[in-house]
Amino acid sequence: MNLTLKIWRQKDAKSPGKMVTYPISNIEGHMSFLEMMDILNDELIEKGEEPVAFDHDCREGICGMCSMYINGEAHGPDRRVTTCQLHMRMFKDGETIHIEPFRANSFPVVKDLMVDRSAFDRIQQAGGYISVNTSGNTQDANALPIPKADADLAMDAATCIGCGACVASCKNSSAMLFVSAKVSQYALLPQGRVEAKDRVLNMVNQMDNEGFGNCTNTGACEVECPKGISLDNIARMNREFLKSSI
Amino acid sequence: MSTLDSKVPEGPLKDKWTTYKDKINLVNPANKRHIDVIVIGTGLAGGSAAATLAEQGYNVKAFCYQDSPRRAHSIAAQGGINAAKNYQGDGDSTYRLFYDTVKGGDYRSREANVYRLAEVSVNIIDQCVAQGVPFARDYGGLLDNRSFGGVLVSRTFYAKGQTGQQLLLGAYSAMNRQIARGKIEMYNRHEMLDVVKVNGKARGIIARNLVTGELERHSAHAVVIASGGYGNVYFLSTNAMGSNVTAAWKTHKKGAYFANPCFTQIHPTCIPRSGDYQSKLTLMSESLRNDGRIWVPKTLEDAQAIREGKKKPTELSEDERDYYLERRYPAFGNLVPRDVASRAAKERCDAGFGVNKTGEAVYLDFKAAIERYGKEQAKIHNEENASPARIYDLGKAIVEAKYGNLFQMYEKIVDENPYKTPMMIYPATHYTMGGLWVDYNLMTTIEGCYAIGEANFSDHGANRLGASALMQGLADGYFVLPYTIGDYLSNDIRTGKISTDTPEFAEAENSVKETLDKLVGTGGTKPVDYFHKKLGLIMWNKVGMSRNEPGLKEAIQEIQELRADFWKNVRVPGNTNEVNRELEKALRVADFLELGELFAQDALTREESCGGHFREESVELDGEQKGEAKRDDENYTFVSAWEFQGLPSEAKLHKEELKYENIELKQRSYK
Repeated sequence: MNLTLKIWRQKDAKSPGKMVTYPISNIEGHMSFLEMMDILNDELIEKGEEPVAFDHDCREGICGMCSMYINGEAHGPDRRVTTCQLHMRMFKDGETIHIEPFRANSFPVVKDLMVDRSAFDRIQQAGGYISVNTSGNTQDANALPIPKADADLAMDAATCIGCGACVASCKNSSAMLFVSAKVSQYALLPQGRVEAKDRVLNMVNQMDNEGFGNCTNTGACEVECPKGISLDNIARMNREFLKSSI
Repeated sequence: MSTLDSKVPEGPLKDKWTTYKDKINLVNPANKRHIDVIVIGTGLAGGSAAATLAEQGYNVKAFCYQDSPRRAHSIAAQGGINAAKNYQGDGDSTYRLFYDTVKGGDYRSREANVYRLAEVSVNIIDQCVAQGVPFARDYGGLLDNRSFGGVLVSRTFYAKGQTGQQLLLGAYSAMNRQIARGKIEMYNRHEMLDVVKVNGKARGIIARNLVTGELERHSAHAVVIASGGYGNVYFLSTNAMGSNVTAAWKTHKKGAYFANPCFTQIHPTCIPRSGDYQSKLTLMSESLRNDGRIWVPKTLEDAQAIREGKKKPTELSEDERDYYLERRYPAFGNLVPRDVASRAAKERCDAGFGVNKTGEAVYLDFKAAIERYGKEQAKIHNEENASPARIYDLGKAIVEAKYGNLFQMYEKIVDENPYKTPMMIYPATHYTMGGLWVDYNLMTTIEGCYAIGEANFSDHGANRLGASALMQGLADGYFVLPYTIGDYLSNDIRTGKISTDTPEFAEAENSVKETLDKLVGTGGTKPVDYFHKKLGLIMWNKVGMSRNEPGLKEAIQEIQELRADFWKNVRVPGNTNEVNRELEKALRVADFLELGELFAQDALTREESCGGHFREESVELDGEQKGEAKRDDENYTFVSAWEFQGLPSEAKLHKEELKYENIELKQRSYK
């Protein structure tokens, strides 16, 4: 395959950025999208140019580090995959591919396609935990049975990888899907109920302070989420929030 | 020079840890707030250690190269975590878990450490449940278990195929609680580039801020290395792209002994390489071998026709297939341990029977399982005259329920439907049992410098059992290190803040700066990956699944030449004072180019086959075990701990003799 790449280049957070065009040839369908980017970068280095900076690590769809906005979609045209799991067979010979960073005011660009998602960490620090000491002196793990249905729903919510695709896909740059996944995981488990009220208030408050937008139930986040986190979680968080606010 | 004293406490095995804990020195809570601890890495070991130390009152500084501590590669562990809870009432116990781990490690791990690991394993599960980790449960609401890796009990706890993720997010949440309290200072996008010693003790690090490029000095009363394994020395592995040996290697160069580097696990069920552009390999859970049958074509002609796309695997009849594991190991068949299965696949592919276009793949076939389950289901549903198509559908549904997510992942990567055509698999580097040598306290041979999790060597011997890596990481971080480190730090309550404005810090910083400047100024022309891929090939071909003396000697030579070439001809564009991903890679590869040499030297010195280390010269020559790995207990029941002395392969060997007082040494047989 021969392709034309239009890639966002930006030196650092303060410099203005722009789209730059790079032709690339001999791309195979079995390559992953990031392997295609590796080839481009090695070509750029050999030409004496600066390679494109992008975040990536595990390359198996679980660490949540990769974060490209490809042809107008977070993680590109395939469904239920991260950028690292996207394969070039999803594209056609001769196609032009637009590659941008995840865009949101709360995710400032670090360089090229790398963004700063530390806002997500700060939201978690505001209450995304259960206050139990790691002493090993807790009660036996089976002392408190948890209905399988609740445990399964909690697990579904807990599979969020914190990549930020939901924010990048949302026209309001809302982080509701991300925050609600954590709130839901704990709300569904008896261990998490003790602090449920403070947790939801503090996490939502931090989310607002970070400048994320509001949810208008468009559902783009759910479509683009590589882990299939459900909008039901947002409904659950809203209920939790309302209960805790009155 | 430090001496090799494992500091294992006296007394009966089962009382050692309890008695020891009761007697070691503690630090008064009021004094803990005057003591700083640095933790490198935020995976299961580092994350849990940072959280627990902060909770106890120490001031913790935690470092990770990723943009968030939640992304450490522990997150990718699929299968589960072992614990001797005996919830299934199948006779499990601390001793059994201890025994299985030592035996699985082919009798090259330290008894007392492994027993302690088995002992605290039960606390881990309690702790994680209290943290809100959503483990799988049965319909009664109690925790579910599965069986794993050929042991005889069900002791593996799991959270779907994402156990590592859920445990890491548990540790991350415990860290977040301490970050919010101000007890952990978190340094994301930072990489440790050297450890700083003051008067022989580890007192700090030099770290590079990966966003600004700035070199930073950080001081502490103790430094904990939790930076994971070094599998990326092979370039292709199941590790994350950024996983590296730098923190451990720099510590080694400053005086910490490196133990058993040649003990590396090659996992048999990974998705094969598809071309030269390949950047990493993806693991398929070991559980697939419960139902899949492994085979290659019986004739070289068929294998060639398949490689050239002229024949399809489904066209081969049963007697045209060689189910080589079932043929060679009738007792265990497709369920032989990881090291044995990996070597057998390589043997067939080397002999020309490999099946994908690179010639490096074997089939993992579910046809028989689908048919078997289909017939069972037809019986259950009283469908006596079910058509073959109906049987296939019924069977496929069962296989889908068990392995659906793995089949989907395979299809995404390979673009073939594994229900219709057999999967292709090939072994890949997965885990490194070797690492920094530590004593019973998990301290390296540098005073005040600790190593935990995959970064140390102590618990898995020459081969790790499935679902034991997560157990060790969390055991070290939550339940072992926080106690043992107190004994050391109790001498530091009057030391006060360590200054970074000293000659030791200045010297370390300058030497790092020199290296950085050298890398951006070589005037070379080749990207870092060019060298990393070459190193990977040397390692895979000569220090991989099967090793021999001439090959290892060649490897040492070739690595030395490649290293010289690297320092002359690598091109690192950009500057040191900005985001520079190539510079980060170059620094890591520079260290792999040194570690690789020691790795080969270690393999050369160990003239026996054990666990993941197979020496072609050490095989059984006759009898039932003919051709199988031959361990040499008489001459090699020791840990090789290497002291750096300049050239990596000229490190000095120190031996820690291993004593087995509670277990009888036996040969592993799978025939």
